[in-house]
This record gives sequence, C-alpha cells and structure tokens, in this order.
Amino acid sequence: MKIVVCIKQVPDTKGGVKFNPDGTLDRASMMTIMNPDDKAGLEAALRLKDEYGAEVTVLTMGLPKAEEVLREAIAMGADKGVLVTDRVLGGADTWATSQTLAGALRNMEYDLIITGRQAIDGDTAQVGPQISEHLNIPVISYAQNLKVEGDSVIVERQFDDRYHVLKAKMPCLITALAELNEPRYMTPGGIFDAYKAEITVWGRADLKDVEDSNLGLKGSPTQIAKASDKVRKGSGEVVTLDPAEAASYITGKLKEKHVI
Amino acid sequence: MDFTLSKEHEMARSLFREFAEKEVKPLAIEVDETEEFPVETVKKMAKAGFLGIPIPKEYGGQGCDVLTYAMCVEELAKVCGTTSIIVSAHTSLCCDPILTYGTEEQKQKYLPDLASGRKLGAFGLTEPGAGTDAQGQQTKAVLDGDEWVLNGSKIFITNGKQADVYIVIAVTGTVEKNGRKSKEISAFIVEKGTPGFTFGTKEKKMGIRGSSTYELIFTDCRIPKENLLGQKGKGFGIAMHTLDGGRIGVAAQALGIGEGALDRTVAYVKERKQFGRTIAQFQNTQFQLANMATQAQAAQLLVYRAARMKDQYTKDHKTSYSVEAAQAKLYAAEMAMDVTTKAVQLHGGYGYTREYEVERMMRDAKITEIYEGTSEVQRMVISGALLK
Repeated sequence: MKIVVCIKQVPDTKGGVKFNPDGTLDRASMMTIMNPDDKAGLEAALRLKDEYGAEVTVLTMGLPKAEEVLREAIAMGADKGVLVTDRVLGGADTWATSQTLAGALRNMEYDLIITGRQAIDGDTAQVGPQISEHLNIPVISYAQNLKVEGDSVIVERQFDDRYHVLKAKMPCLITALAELNEPRYMTPGGIFDAYKAEITVWGRADLKDVEDSNLGLKGSPTQIAKASDKVRKGSGEVVTLDPAEAASYITGKLKEKHVI
Repeated sequence: MDFTLSKEHEMARSLFREFAEKEVKPLAIEVDETEEFPVETVKKMAKAGFLGIPIPKEYGGQGCDVLTYAMCVEELAKVCGTTSIIVSAHTSLCCDPILTYGTEEQKQKYLPDLASGRKLGAFGLTEPGAGTDAQGQQTKAVLDGDEWVLNGSKIFITNGKQADVYIVIAVTGTVEKNGRKSKEISAFIVEKGTPGFTFGTKEKKMGIRGSSTYELIFTDCRIPKENLLGQKGKGFGIAMHTLDGGRIGVAAQALGIGEGALDRTVAYVKERKQFGRTIAQFQNTQFQLANMATQAQAAQLLVYRAARMKDQYTKDHKTSYSVEAAQAKLYAAEMAMDVTTKAVQLHGGYGYTREYEVERMMRDAKITEIYEGTSEVQRMVISGALLK
C-alpha cells in the first residue's frame, strides 16, 4: 500500500504571529511546528505502515525551509519527502494550494491520501476535500478512527453528537482530526537518518495538469482584507444616540470592520 | 572553532524538550513527593529511543553521538533531576562499559535489550568502605569451576532495584607490583534474579528522590564464567573509564538542573512585584541573573566539549577525555548548586516552599557534587594531569 500524507509547516502560535504588508503570514520569521491535524494523519499512516508494511510519503508545499517539517516526518518514520516550492506558488489560498498539491500528486502513486482536517493558521478545512475533487477520488473528512480492510478503508467520521461509519474503496482521501491518535515522537536516531535522506524538490514545472491561473496569489480567489494577531480589546466606545441613529451607527461600524 | 550546533542536534534538542515538557515535567513534583520511581515515564523514554542514544544501531541503539545523549540528559534534568539520572546511569554506567569492554557475545546478549529499554542497567562500585577510595573494595569474586561466586555488598546504587543488568566491580585476588601487594579488581555482568543476589534497604535521600537507590547484596551468588567483563584484573581501569563517561552524564544533569532553575527564575522575577515594580527591575536581580546565565553557559560549553571529546574517543579509541569530563562535572555541579541556591533566594519565601520547584532543584543539585566522584575527586583528576 502506498500512502501520501499532506503536511504543513505552520506557525507555532506560542511564538506569536507576524504578517507581511499584503496581509499574508510572514512564515519566514516565525517559529514553526507540524500542523497538529496533519501530524495525527501522519501517525495514522505510520500505524498502517507498522501493521501492513505501507510506504509512507510526506508531501508539503511551502518555503524552502518547509523541508524541516518533511525531515521531522521522516524522523517519525515516513519513508520519503516531497517539497513543492516555487516563488510563483507564494501567497496561495486553499484553492491554489489544493491545485498545487493535486498537480504534485498526479506525479505520485497512492492508494490513500491523508491530509489534516485543517491547519491552525487558516482553519479553513478546505484543502483536503478540494484535492479529492481535483483528483476525482472519494473523500471522507473528519476521521476520528481509521481501519483498512482489503482494498477499502473504514472510517469513523466525526459529528458534533455522533459519528458515521463509512467504507470507501481506495484510492481515496481522508482528512484526519488531531484526536485520531497520539502521534509518536521522533526518535533521536531517526533525526540523524532524516538529515541524510534526500528530499525531492519540485517547482512549478513539475506540477502536472495545472493552469498558471490557478496558482499562487494570482490564482487565489480569496482576498485578505486585513489580518492581525490577537489584540487586546480596548475599553470600548460609549455613544449616546437615538435609536435610528444608533442602528445606522452600529451597522456602519460593522461594515467598517468587515463583519457584515 | 565552531560553536553552532548542527540542524540534527537542534532538532534532537527540540524533541527532548518537547518530551520533557509533555511527559516529565507534569510528574516532577509527584515523583519527588512520593519518592516513587517513574516507571511509566521510563517506558515512554524506552519507546522514544532515549535509553540507547549513543549505542550503535547494530546493537539496537539509536546510533547517535555522545553530544546528543548529553543533550537528552540536560533537557530531562531541566524539569526533573530524577528522570535524567535514570537515563544517565543506565547509559553511561551499564551500556557503555558493555559496549567498550564486552565480548561480541556479551554485546549481542545484553545491548539490544538495554538500548531498547526492555531492560534497565545499573553499576555497582561503591561499598560502605569504598567510595572515593575505590581500591577499598571488599566484595569478592572467586572462580569455582565454570562460575564466579560473588560475596559482598554495594551501596548507593542508582536504578538499584529497578535495573535488570548490573555491572559489578569485585576483588578477584591480589597482585604484587614493585614489591607491594594490592587488590586485583575485575568487572562482572550480573543479572537480576540470579540466586544469591538480593537487595538491601532503599536509601531515603535529600534529592533525586524518585530515583531508586538501593544496596545490592551478594551471598554466594553464582554467575557464569563468561560474565567477566573485560580481562580479569582490569576492573579498576574499567570502573575508572566508565566513571569518566558517567561524569559527562552527571555534568549534563547538573547543567540541566541549573538551566531549569534559571528558566523558572527569569519567569518569576518578571511576575513578582515589590515596591510597585517587578523584582526584575531591581539591579540586584539583573546582576544575579547575569551571573547565573553566564555560569550556565560556561558549564554548557564544558559539558559539550567533554561530550565531543568522548565522541572522538569512540572513533579513534585514543583520545583521552578524563580531564575534560572531570572539569565539566566539577564546574557544572558547582554551577548547579550555586544557581539553584540563588534561584531559591530570588524566589524569596515562595522559593522555600515545595510548590515552586526551585527548592527541589536545589536539593537535586547537591548530589551532582557528590556522585560519580565528588568535586574533590574531580579536582584530584584535574590537578593530577597538570602535575604528572
């Protein structure tokens, strides 16, 4: 069985968040970690490897330094790492990211693709399902449990108050929840091996069947109006107005802050 | 001269730190209070490969260098002195002598279980009358047919009752050199469960209270002839060389304890207010912290250098690291004692309570000036090399 796990290097929120002038995250200057949902997805893949002898490849898109997160995954037990990095891919939203990853995955062999449910920097939960759409394979999202039976996967899909048990034939894509498992630690020896491992690096030219118009900031329909770190709430503003004035004042303020 | 760590070492440090923060720190107060050996933590460390860091992969270890091992002990000690010495005694005092002096059969028999953490190791040298004076050994081993028969006892043995494999130093006869008679000392591998091998009392200690410190008692304890470690009569050299390595582990422990106390103090002085200001704003605090940080940094450089020298020895089997290990251990231990004492002082009354951990660190620091050779012994080793 061949498993590809899509992982993302995300800012360690403990270290504070910094932004570029265009509102995108300044990833280069922040402390980073492997996204927790992705790490659970990787652990699920490694457990399948332990049980069935699967080959686990980790795939990421990011800055050249995202290579670190691939090495971390290899130090945990993944077999190979693929980094997709290119200036033209920068500033991608979920659409452009999923197009990029799908373009990379078209070059790869897989029975199962696992992504995290969502990344802690964007919290969109869109990339996994979008990849499945681009690749025309089934998706089961929000996996809280995962088993393989023959050529199928059996997944518990989490809901607020229940879960559904779904069976899908491979190849398919699963999005993993952090609570799927307790990811293993890297091993000290695994770390040294991981730095000896060769990471495959792909650029724009290596992506298969993807239009330029779907890549990078230009290919991203999402426009960021404003982004900021958590700021302390001020003391607020007290105004005394009659009801009609107050209503238009409030709606004006909400529009100004892009709430409505 | 390069003082930067490789990316591999940086990542290893982040691993040890994450493990220490998540798995070890939450239990540190309880381990100290209950004086119970942290069995579950040791299992987790075994799973993560922490019990075989500098052991080659062919013997089931991680195949890393001594520096990586020292960093592991350092990061564990930042949050729990007890947990760090379990790893140090197991690795430096049991795995290392088997790796260095064992026959291929002994390495194949013992190291895979030890390096994977399926079994834990310990080392028995100290006796009631033989501490700093290691020549004062009374435990005897007599060859009887195909077996060695051990009689005597060892005290203050770290990982005492919890270990499965013990390196035991014993007298095997007398030798005459230049007309003077002295004891012939040899080293042995003894397994738990061997008839005649029992445990005495558990020590009630000031610090590292969760570590299992026991007396080992040998009463007509018969072990196979092939459990002699190294050559007969070379036991004293084996013990001294083993302690050289052990000192790097204890130095790393002392380093971590000092750094841990410093981390907590930096956080505390920024919170604690007196006279309308945080105590961090007082120059006395600033100067104390500056001294503590500088001492800790100096200790780290000495510890890492000693670890690097032992790595060199592993490659060429020539490089001596005895003096460097003694210097690292001497300085790091005294740094740990000094820094933790200042940490308690800067915490004031709270620092004296068991809630604030710096008092535990101060108690834990003290042993690093005593075991694996007291600070006085380290000074003897260092000055001995200067004056020879």
